Amino acid sequence: MVDLMTPSRRGVLKGGVALGAGLTAGLAAPTVFSSKAWAADYLNAPTGDTVTFGFNVPQTGAYADEGADELRAYQLAVKHLNGEGDGGMLNTMKPLTLKGNGVLGKKVAFVTGDTQTKSDAARASAKRMIEKDGAIMITGGSSSGVAIAVQSLCQEAGVVFMAGLTHSNDTTGKDKRRNGFRHFFNAYMSGAALAPVLKDNYGTDRKAYHLTADYTWGWTQEESIKNSTEALGWETVSAVRTPLGAGDFSQYITPVLNSGADVLILNHYGKDMVNSLTQAVQFGLRDKQVGGKDFAVVVPLYSRLMAQGAGENVKGILGTTNWHWSLQDEGSKAFVKSFGEEYGFPPSQAAHTCYVQALLYADACERAGTFMPCGVVEALEGFEFDGMGNGPTLYRAEDHQCFKQVLVVKGNENPTSQFDLLEVVQEVPVDQVTYDPAIFGGELGECNNGV
Amino acid sequence: MDAILLQILNGLDKGGAYALIALGLTLVFGTLGVVNFAHGALFMLGAFCAVSFNQLIGLEKVTVDPTQMTPWGTPLEIRVPMIEDWLGATGTFILDYSVPFSILMAIPVMIIVGLIMERGLIQFFYRRTHAEQILVTFGLAIVLQELIKTWFGANPIPQVPPDTVRGAADVGTLIGFEAGQIVYPYWRLIYFLFSALIIGGVFAFLQLTTFGMVVRAGMADRETVGLFGIDIERRFTIVFGLAAVVAGLAGVMYTPILPPDYHMGMDFLVLSFVVVVVGGMGSLPGAVAAGFLLGVLQSFASMTEVKSVLPGIDQIIIYLVAVIILLVRPRGLMGRKGVMES
Repeated sequence: MVDLMTPSRRGVLKGGVALGAGLTAGLAAPTVFSSKAWAADYLNAPTGDTVTFGFNVPQTGAYADEGADELRAYQLAVKHLNGEGDGGMLNTMKPLTLKGNGVLGKKVAFVTGDTQTKSDAARASAKRMIEKDGAIMITGGSSSGVAIAVQSLCQEAGVVFMAGLTHSNDTTGKDKRRNGFRHFFNAYMSGAALAPVLKDNYGTDRKAYHLTADYTWGWTQEESIKNSTEALGWETVSAVRTPLGAGDFSQYITPVLNSGADVLILNHYGKDMVNSLTQAVQFGLRDKQVGGKDFAVVVPLYSRLMAQGAGENVKGILGTTNWHWSLQDEGSKAFVKSFGEEYGFPPSQAAHTCYVQALLYADACERAGTFMPCGVVEALEGFEFDGMGNGPTLYRAEDHQCFKQVLVVKGNENPTSQFDLLEVVQEVPVDQVTYDPAIFGGELGECNNGV
Repeated sequence: MDAILLQILNGLDKGGAYALIALGLTLVFGTLGVVNFAHGALFMLGAFCAVSFNQLIGLEKVTVDPTQMTPWGTPLEIRVPMIEDWLGATGTFILDYSVPFSILMAIPVMIIVGLIMERGLIQFFYRRTHAEQILVTFGLAIVLQELIKTWFGANPIPQVPPDTVRGAADVGTLIGFEAGQIVYPYWRLIYFLFSALIIGGVFAFLQLTTFGMVVRAGMADRETVGLFGIDIERRFTIVFGLAAVVAGLAGVMYTPILPPDYHMGMDFLVLSFVVVVVGGMGSLPGAVAAGFLLGVLQSFASMTEVKSVLPGIDQIIIYLVAVIILLVRPRGLMGRKGVMES
């Protein structure tokens, strides 16, 4: 008989094991599958007069400025969805089912999370918004690593994920999920759009040297740009992987000097791109001649916020971007006007893609007549729309990738204002950047309603 | 051969930054016995002195042009730096040389920051364990970097060197190479010379002045110096201020090489601590020698030829050297006998 008043060592151990097993069982069962899930046909079905969106953006860390711009865009989108402000792109989006009185008669509320541009932190904040705050949809982010991680979490939990800024082929390639959608373009599309412009500017007899950020986005961009430029006849002299956040890239740039290469392709983004480009220019690469040809630097993925960081060094350097505030279509003009009036400066491409994603999701709910994830997924798959910048756009059903015009841009030689840093060289038609979804593999799998 | 020379040059300018930060760290450890994890933040604050100075002298006069409109329908603002408006060509010159001129602002700012840091916080941890010192100074570093991020944002803010030294020098022609074979940015060469000058200045100050002599005596035996009636604590406080100035100036001049952001201090801090350990805790010549040595080693390790044989070696070389040194010679290359050996 066990004496409860005088616990033995064995008794304590037994009790500890039992308690540990109980706790482990409790912890192992995801609360997301056990909280409100059984109350409805789908997870977090809104019961009151509001529906909650979850904005998961980097509020701290290296991409905090992009995150702040994404959040501004989401707040503007919520305002427009709830019938406040000038309506922005709701005035130009076609077809449009939204009525400007919320979504399915419910006002849109939102909660925010901080991804910190770290996959684990992003998953934790998304999980918190789904489990504790009852978010029906998660959107945002400024990194492919984060997008892939959060997309996977949303698939498991059973909510829709509308990706923010993510450019890796993997997001809608090998890591695609039925519950996830990407409006932003990808590395393949950058390569396909950029190659003809590179040919026009630098010819077909070139030797390229790649410096590549050593993670999923960098690898896929390097592969895509290599494929595109080699198809032009360019030779790839070397492709060197650089650690993320290296800071000083001088030791990677000096080997370029006497490598025989006459083009440096920087597969870097954010702070890495600012630093590597600044340092490449300091080493005289932009003024260098190799074999009678002017040396060229190419930055395949540009953003205005990065261009601000790199300052004068971006002048004349070619790259691609998803969208730019100087576009003159009605949708872009309406968005720039709303955003500019609200905040006093033009939106970044991150802000644009996030604003559009929020509106597209809301419109899909309205068309589907439900917030049920599988209904919304069905409404988004194969959806064709216009009036949101970039011309007629398709949300391809096979991989949930948006297909639209891609912009080839150049660092502005003569900027007229502090925002006028990039000049649109070409609006590349959608046909040129469309590809077979099978080339990147992956399976969408089944849609998940979370119950 | 040209590739090797280029990597040596790379190592020297990077080593210059490591050496300057490690020098300050060693000064503080040697005098006050404090392991200061906020020292990297001082490097970052110096860099932001350059940013602040540039923003101050770049304050703009804004006029509204009603004939031109922004895309969102408000009249376009025309901005001209006020200093150019007031001083003409002289204003343009000051704007162009804003990084070197910002040293004038950084010196008093860093002295004040250093003294506030030492008097306001660190003096209360002199007799605490190193673990406690590390915790509190690391916390302070995080507070400082978050303050900078709140004020200046998270993105890097580029600073440009003066126009005359913006390009690259053909160093190779000076030593018999063909033109264009070994080119190196002017500013990085200037940074190397600047760091050598500052290091020389600190050593001269410690070796040739009475103040320096007292400090060195205090580093060797604080109690005996105190018995002579010398207020060694006050002198050590001044040394803390001096270390802050050295870190700050290193940060100011590094801004054209690496656009400063709130995290740059943390990026350099860990490497600089390794430099101090390799050089020998408390050894000033050791810190300088190890700074340059590890800078050059890191550059060589990132050569394609080396990485093809030892993939990833560029990421671990510094730590590998530190491990070997700690195993073979725990007091570091030039550390005093007994330090870190007990």
